[in-house]
Amino acid sequence: MPRVNVFVTLKPSLLDAQGRVVQEGLHSLGYNEVSSVRIGKFLELDIEDTENLDEKVHSMCERFLANTVIENFRYEVVK
Amino acid sequence: MAVPRFAVLRFPGSNCDQDAYYVIRDVIGAEVEYVWHQDSSLAGFDVVIVPGGFSYGDYLRCGAVARFAPAMEALQQHADQGKLVLGICNGFQILCEAHLLPGALIRNQGCKFICKHVDLRVENNQTPFTSSYTEGQIISIPIAHGEGCYVADEATLDMLEQNNQILFRYATTVRDEVTTGNPNGSMNDIAGICNARGNVMGMMPHPERASESILGSVDGKGVFTSMVQSMMELAV
Repeated sequence: MPRVNVFVTLKPSLLDAQGRVVQEGLHSLGYNEVSSVRIGKFLELDIEDTENLDEKVHSMCERFLANTVIENFRYEVVK
Repeated sequence: MAVPRFAVLRFPGSNCDQDAYYVIRDVIGAEVEYVWHQDSSLAGFDVVIVPGGFSYGDYLRCGAVARFAPAMEALQQHADQGKLVLGICNGFQILCEAHLLPGALIRNQGCKFICKHVDLRVENNQTPFTSSYTEGQIISIPIAHGEGCYVADEATLDMLEQNNQILFRYATTVRDEVTTGNPNGSMNDIAGICNARGNVMGMMPHPERASESILGSVDGKGVFTSMVQSMMELAV
C-alpha cells in the first residue's frame, strides 16, 4: 500500500505572517542566523494499490488539499 | 412579487446563522428559513445567505470542507440562475473556496484574531447588495476574523478594479483623518467583492451585527434592505 507525503506551502509571493512570528521567536532564542521561516502543511496519505496513482494524487491536491490560488504543492511516494 | 424569501445555510460550526435569521425576519421583515447543509434543494428562495462561523472547524483551510456539502451544489445552481447569494465572513471564505468568487482569504497579517468595528467605504452602490448606500459613504461595521486578508493575483485584482466588483473597502482615511484603517492586510484594502455577473457577494465584516441601534450601529442594515429593494424592483 503506497504512502504518499504531500507538502502544501504558501506561494512565495505571499507574506507568511505565521512564519514571520516564528522567525522572530527563533531570533529571541538567539538563532539570529535564521533569515526566513515559512510554514506549510504536511499530509500523510496511505492509499490502497490503484492505477494512475500519480494522476490521482495530483488531482486530490489540485481539487482539495491545496488551494492553488494561494498555495503550491508537491508530493512524493515513499513506499 | 411578495416579500422576498431568504435562506440561511447552516453548516456544523456556523455561528452567525441566528443573527442573520433574526435581522432578516425581525428587523427587515422578510421571510426567512434555515437550510441545513445536507439539504440538496434551495428551490423557492430568492436570496441565500452563507453565514459566518467556523464551518467544519476550519479544518484544512477555512471553507475548504463546507464546499462539498450537498447544499453547495444547490447554491451553485441558485447562483447560475442569477439569484442573489451573500457570504459573510466564513461565508465569504466558503464562496472563494467554491470558486463562486475569485481570490482567497489568508491569515491576518498581524496574526491576531480581530473583533472590532471598522470603517468601510462604499465603492459601488449600483449593486443589489449596496443600493441603499451612497457611493463613497463611510459606514461602521464590525469584523471578527483571524483569516480575512484578501489576496488574489494581479490579473484578478485588475479585473475586480476595472469591473467595479469591489463593493466595500477598508477606509484608511476619512476627510484626511486616519481611521481604523486596513485591519488585516487585504490587498487593495478589499473588504467585500462581488462576482462579474454581480449576483454573488462576499464580505468579511458582519452587517448582521450592525443592524440595530442597540448594538451601536445600524450601518449594516443597508446590505439587507438593498437586497429586498432589488428583489421588489425586479418584480415591478
